[in-house]
Amino acid sequence: MKFLYAAYAVTWLVHIVYLVILTRGFQRVRDEAEELARK
Amino acid sequence: MKPAFTIFALITLLLLSYGLYQALVAAPTEATMGNVQRIFYYHVPSAWTALLCFLANFAASLWFLARRSPQADAVAVSTAEVGVVFCTVVLLTGPLWARPVWGIWWAWDARLTSTLVLWLIYVGYLMLRKFSVGGPNPVLAAVFGVFGALNAIFVFMAIRWFRTQHPQPVFGGGPKSGIDPQMKYALMVNWVAFLALAGLLIWLRYTLERVRQRVEEAHAMKSLVEPEVRIRR
Repeated sequence: MKFLYAAYAVTWLVHIVYLVILTRGFQRVRDEAEELARK
Repeated sequence: MKPAFTIFALITLLLLSYGLYQALVAAPTEATMGNVQRIFYYHVPSAWTALLCFLANFAASLWFLARRSPQADAVAVSTAEVGVVFCTVVLLTGPLWARPVWGIWWAWDARLTSTLVLWLIYVGYLMLRKFSVGGPNPVLAAVFGVFGALNAIFVFMAIRWFRTQHPQPVFGGGPKSGIDPQMKYALMVNWVAFLALAGLLIWLRYTLERVRQRVEEAHAMKSLVEPEVRIRR
């Protein structure tokens, strides 16, 4: 069972990490746009 | 966030929950492998989804090369990135199934090796886009994407063309292929759920890329205007 749980856990971990990367990407672009508007 | 996106995200979440229930509870336990066979319900749909993402990248790359459309470029990068995410899942869940079933984590057969090469090609594609500053990098990436898709076809056909350690195709693999209808149902539910998840991630990544393109355009416009302002002063 440990291999089964590991496979399912790793699948979700990969997707969650990617979602975090996307969220940080949005944050970075938003900051850049705000900075551009301020200049 | 658009209401359509929220509705789509909720539907995806429901599908993924139902898929998880089908995979872990409803599907029958396989006679020889036992519960570890249930990895199949995540591994196979992830692989199919990754291949579809790479084929979508191929279409978007051709579209970009023909029209130089920024939308096509955004679709290309989104599908490649999400394809890499799903391909990563395939490369991690495969060995976790192989270790208890084969007794080894990895075998250098045609399917496994070509999948690793496919992953490396698209990681290379993403690095090419990220780290080449200025110049026609979307064009280079599009050409790269077109050739990468050829390997995606090879990955799909590898278990049909070669004798491999990897199991033979479950569907369309001749008279001996096929699975229990309940297992097939669980597999298909998970595939639909993973396709929805891929669609959701592509949607998010596409939106991010389009915003990034606009910010980059604004930067370019500003740098064109600013020297003029300095001269006038």
